[in-house]
Amino acid sequence: MSESDSNSELFALADSLIDTANPSEQIEVYISRGSSTEVRVHNGDVEHFVSAMSSGIGIRVINDGRTGFAHAGTLDAEIASQVLAEARENVSFSSVDEWAALAEPDGVDVTEQELWSDELESYPTADKIELAKKLEQITLDRDSLIRVDDTNFVDGGGEGLVVTTTGIRRYGRSNSCYLSVSTLADDTDGTRTGFGFAVGAHPGEFDVERAARDGVDRATRLLGATKPASRSTTVVLDPFVASQLLGIIGSTLSGDAVVRGRSLFADRVGESIAAPTFTLVDDPTDRRAYTATDLDGEGLAARRNVLIDEGELRGFVHSSYSARRAGEGTTGNALRGGYAGSPSAGCHALQLVAGERAQADLIASIDDGVLIEGVSGLHSGVNTVSGDFSVGATGMSIRNGAIAEPVREFTIASTIQRLLNDIVEVGADLEWLPMRASAPSLAIRDVMVSGSS
Amino acid sequence: MIESDVLDRVLNEARCHGAGFAEVYAEDRRNTGVAFDDGRVDGVSSGRDRGAGIRVVNGVTTGYAHTSDLSERGLLAAARAAADAAGSADGGSVVVALDDKRSGAGTKVEVDPQAVPKARRVEMLTEVDEIARSISGAVTQVSAGLSDSYRSVLIANSDGVFVTDEVTRVLFRVSVVADGDLGMQTGAESLGFTGGWEVFDRYSLADLATEAAEQAVRKLHARPAPSGQLPVVIAQGTGGVLFHEACGHGLEADHIAKGASVYAGRVGELVASPLVTLVDDGTVDGEWGTRSFDDEGQPTRRNVLIEDGVLVDYMWDHIRARDEQRSPSGNGRRQDYASLPMVRMTNTFVLAGEDDPDDIISSTEHGVYVAKLGGGSVNTASGDFVFGMRDAYLIENGQITEPLREGNLIGNGPQVLSDIDMLGADFSMGGPGTCGKDGQGVPVGTGQPTLRVSSMTIGGTAA
Repeated sequence: MSESDSNSELFALADSLIDTANPSEQIEVYISRGSSTEVRVHNGDVEHFVSAMSSGIGIRVINDGRTGFAHAGTLDAEIASQVLAEARENVSFSSVDEWAALAEPDGVDVTEQELWSDELESYPTADKIELAKKLEQITLDRDSLIRVDDTNFVDGGGEGLVVTTTGIRRYGRSNSCYLSVSTLADDTDGTRTGFGFAVGAHPGEFDVERAARDGVDRATRLLGATKPASRSTTVVLDPFVASQLLGIIGSTLSGDAVVRGRSLFADRVGESIAAPTFTLVDDPTDRRAYTATDLDGEGLAARRNVLIDEGELRGFVHSSYSARRAGEGTTGNALRGGYAGSPSAGCHALQLVAGERAQADLIASIDDGVLIEGVSGLHSGVNTVSGDFSVGATGMSIRNGAIAEPVREFTIASTIQRLLNDIVEVGADLEWLPMRASAPSLAIRDVMVSGSS
Repeated sequence: MIESDVLDRVLNEARCHGAGFAEVYAEDRRNTGVAFDDGRVDGVSSGRDRGAGIRVVNGVTTGYAHTSDLSERGLLAAARAAADAAGSADGGSVVVALDDKRSGAGTKVEVDPQAVPKARRVEMLTEVDEIARSISGAVTQVSAGLSDSYRSVLIANSDGVFVTDEVTRVLFRVSVVADGDLGMQTGAESLGFTGGWEVFDRYSLADLATEAAEQAVRKLHARPAPSGQLPVVIAQGTGGVLFHEACGHGLEADHIAKGASVYAGRVGELVASPLVTLVDDGTVDGEWGTRSFDDEGQPTRRNVLIEDGVLVDYMWDHIRARDEQRSPSGNGRRQDYASLPMVRMTNTFVLAGEDDPDDIISSTEHGVYVAKLGGGSVNTASGDFVFGMRDAYLIENGQITEPLREGNLIGNGPQVLSDIDMLGADFSMGGPGTCGKDGQGVPVGTGQPTLRVSSMTIGGTAA
């Protein structure tokens, strides 16, 4: 990637730091700078408008197999040199790790993508507010039972660079936006909630009507919902819920989890771990993905990796560290949580390869089941080490191949291992969501529904 | 951090369009962390972040901007951005008097964590790793961490609030993986303290490491949790998260104002079993959610939310309390200077009852005993909430018997609160929690006595 005037000062700061490296030292400088806006509308007025700018630097130093890290939320040159000194000091308290090293250029070309939208960058603030107000209004207009909790326009843009003593020197920038609405619908029995959102490279791509329709439908469909009977049955996860399941599966395929003995799929490469209809890829080079990227957190090219191919485990996602330790090549999957985080292996943009039939056709094949439209407690009831899986849920009963009454206040449970093998069918309705994973509907049999005894 | 004449000018700039309220929140934060994993020091890190957020409230609209540039120029630019974001009004300018500066007591710190050498931290974690591995040959992995944070804050607003405070926190965590014939299992423990390193003289890291390892090993032969409705007994100190989710969030005034809470309009009504008295108290010495002032410069307090089952009051932030012309409750909190303050809990707990904890178990014919809860979450509008069981057992014929695998429990807030039919005479606070709301995480404490819910839905897989 080329240097331009806008980023030459950032490169100059990074260069000045890595130039101080001793012969035995590896230094990595990560710099990010970005801004974001968040507009929240309620009852036709702006509830809040947050305008944020942030920048910071994270420095990793490796010497003799020992790693130290330090960061600061500023690009002030004097503080940056203090950060480097801190990282060096931290090296001395670390243990020797024979696999510790920075990434090296691996010859994989960056897939050129349009990750930056000038149209979004220049989109007027007043229009952002108007869009949120419009979504609130058309949501309310659709159904008199609906109240709107809040409507949000969120956008963010940033640039980042990685410069290392090992020869990596990469710069990237991207921006993104979404529009969302949270809805409430009341009946005598209580209040039900829903949401809808619109995504796109810029607001011109938003399907605002769809966001409103989803927000209304999700809340009103649940009116009158009751607790379903406990039983083992077939569930259909809608694309939003299936995407959350993909995120969990993705974390079990992290190279870091594998090399540290925390992946339940370690040693299973080449084996069948899922139903043959299940093909999972991590593809940050597909621009339609909300988290598409050209670079990973170590400055290597992000690439398409097939993780599970027709049920067979093909491999894991690696950072340069986990790859070196596993004796494999990196897959360009180092993730970092901004300038304050060290890189670790994770999925960029998971995608479940779509099947052939619509959600309605999946449902038509089911005599007794539940369409799951919302889940909760993924952090408290799912253990990615043991595989135990139990989440709160809301949705619609399926009876004799058709949608029946709404249900709530129940859980669905299985294990991650069994869920993958019990997949009956993958739908055709792949949805691009403002998340790290995108999936179509997913039908899974023999899932335990816990509701009324 | 910032001189008071600069603050005056920044607050005036923030109200250049006539807004009724402006605030400067500045902080300087430092943290140090040592992580141990896989038998070695996995990372030693240090961080420093400082900056200020400017909030301008103009009628129903709040404008917010923040900067890491604490010079007068940087602050004035952020003030102008926040003022523009909040829009125009004709409130007229009021002269701010910031002469009554109050300093918080700060955190009581006996041993300053920053004076504890990193080498000492490495030593402590090495010992934790050795102890956890010594518990059983089945232990295959240990991860542990020690971190501390120091935060110096300054809050000044156009209502004349001018506060500075300092807060120090230390955190230890350990998690263990054990491997057996039925696969891997995990155990985890943590200890959080608002204060200094002296906490490690009071609590034994060796005990926590042992407990985490034993938890993982016990679960190797755990059977699947039941599926369906059963009585649930929750051990003292671990179940505060139940109240945090079942009603805590629903009592936050922002959800109430939008009618997005099952508890809206119910002050004075019976919303829980008469056994339940629920308190939110940001002043409890050393607890994870403790502060002298909240993040809007209001003193923290002890607030009784539910008394003998009757809803007494909600939790408030400064702006909503001001609009209602009532005294603030000290619940305006934020993650950092880049974040808007919101109504948040501090330390939320249920006071002890009168039952003998052993009787609570022995009088339960068939049910589930939860010795350690995981996290949880709630939909405040519907009241439906979940929480995880990390270490749980079957109760058969009044006896705790076999360990159970992990899973979530689900219930509806008001229903579960009224189904609490036994409350123990014991009480303890639980481990440190991070409460998430609208993308912001803040430290919170929870606590309760041993208690029983007569019926809850257990989300296991065993029919």
